[in-house]
Amino acid sequence: MPEFADVNPGQVTEHAHSPFLRHHFEDMAQQFDSSTLGMWVFLLTEIMFFGGMFGAYTVYRSMYPDAFASTSKHMIPLLGATNTAVLICSSLTMAFAVRWAHIGSRSVVRVMLILTMIFGIAFICVKFTEYYLHYKDHLVPWLNFQYPEHPALAHNAEILFCFYFFMTGFHALHMFVGLGLLTYLLIKNEKIVFGPDYYSPVEIIGLYWHFVDIVWIFLFPLLYLIGAHG
Amino acid sequence: MANHNDEHEGGHAVVPVRTYILIWITLLCCTFLTYGVALIDLGSWNIVIALMIAFFKMSLVVLFFMHVKQDNSLTRLFVAGGFVWLVILLVMTMNDYLSRGWMPQGNMPWPQ
Repeated sequence: MPEFADVNPGQVTEHAHSPFLRHHFEDMAQQFDSSTLGMWVFLLTEIMFFGGMFGAYTVYRSMYPDAFASTSKHMIPLLGATNTAVLICSSLTMAFAVRWAHIGSRSVVRVMLILTMIFGIAFICVKFTEYYLHYKDHLVPWLNFQYPEHPALAHNAEILFCFYFFMTGFHALHMFVGLGLLTYLLIKNEKIVFGPDYYSPVEIIGLYWHFVDIVWIFLFPLLYLIGAHG
Repeated sequence: MANHNDEHEGGHAVVPVRTYILIWITLLCCTFLTYGVALIDLGSWNIVIALMIAFFKMSLVVLFFMHVKQDNSLTRLFVAGGFVWLVILLVMTMNDYLSRGWMPQGNMPWPQ
């Protein structure tokens, strides 16, 4: 049962209300548009949150191009590219989950949500494998950072690894939040049947998931491919 | 009751599977392209091309996976506004950092 069903017998309505219509909206279309707009406003704050880090990264990269390029031999572009592909696949299955929630097929939504979560978990596994490799290579700032091959560039290369761990770390944090939201959807999908007039939870969590994908689309070339041709 | 937006009750039309698959394949191809181009030394064009491909991929995700193509103009305005503000953040910051060395030291308009 919905938490706030609009039950108002005294009110004359043109057509029967959906049980999912909250009382402060006129109809389901307006409710859907409001949810979407609200989610986008939240995503704009997220754009500025990551934008600050991208801005700082741009400043430091323009100041220390050689030091930043020298770090590329410690990155593993193949793992980064694999993770990009994994996230793009998860975005496809998320888009499918939204599509079939819209149509109203509980079983397809269930399969698509689980596939999205599997891709998400695969991404995190690859990411943390990379973190472990960086730890073994003594590349974690403040913890064990050593850069013997370019002593002159060591300090500025350490700045890049700060950016690397902060930006990919915040991205990974968003992935964990996304997995939590997908679990919530998976449970909700068993309790109610999403359909043409009510699927906005799937739609707006989909927006979040695609946003996290977009952040990675920019992180991959900026962090992994700085001096890949060198 | 006002019936604005009633021509698409519940928000969006259902997008055909073919469209999603096509976008997915394009995104994967762009990822391979990004990786391939990065291995060729093009000087400062490397980063320009990488960011152009990333921007193209982002546009596809925003328009098709995030359904902005189907959203009403208010939502589109908000999305565009977000990117304008991001551009202000990046351009104004770089405008400062890149132009600092342009003035001869003696003629700085502020005290040294």
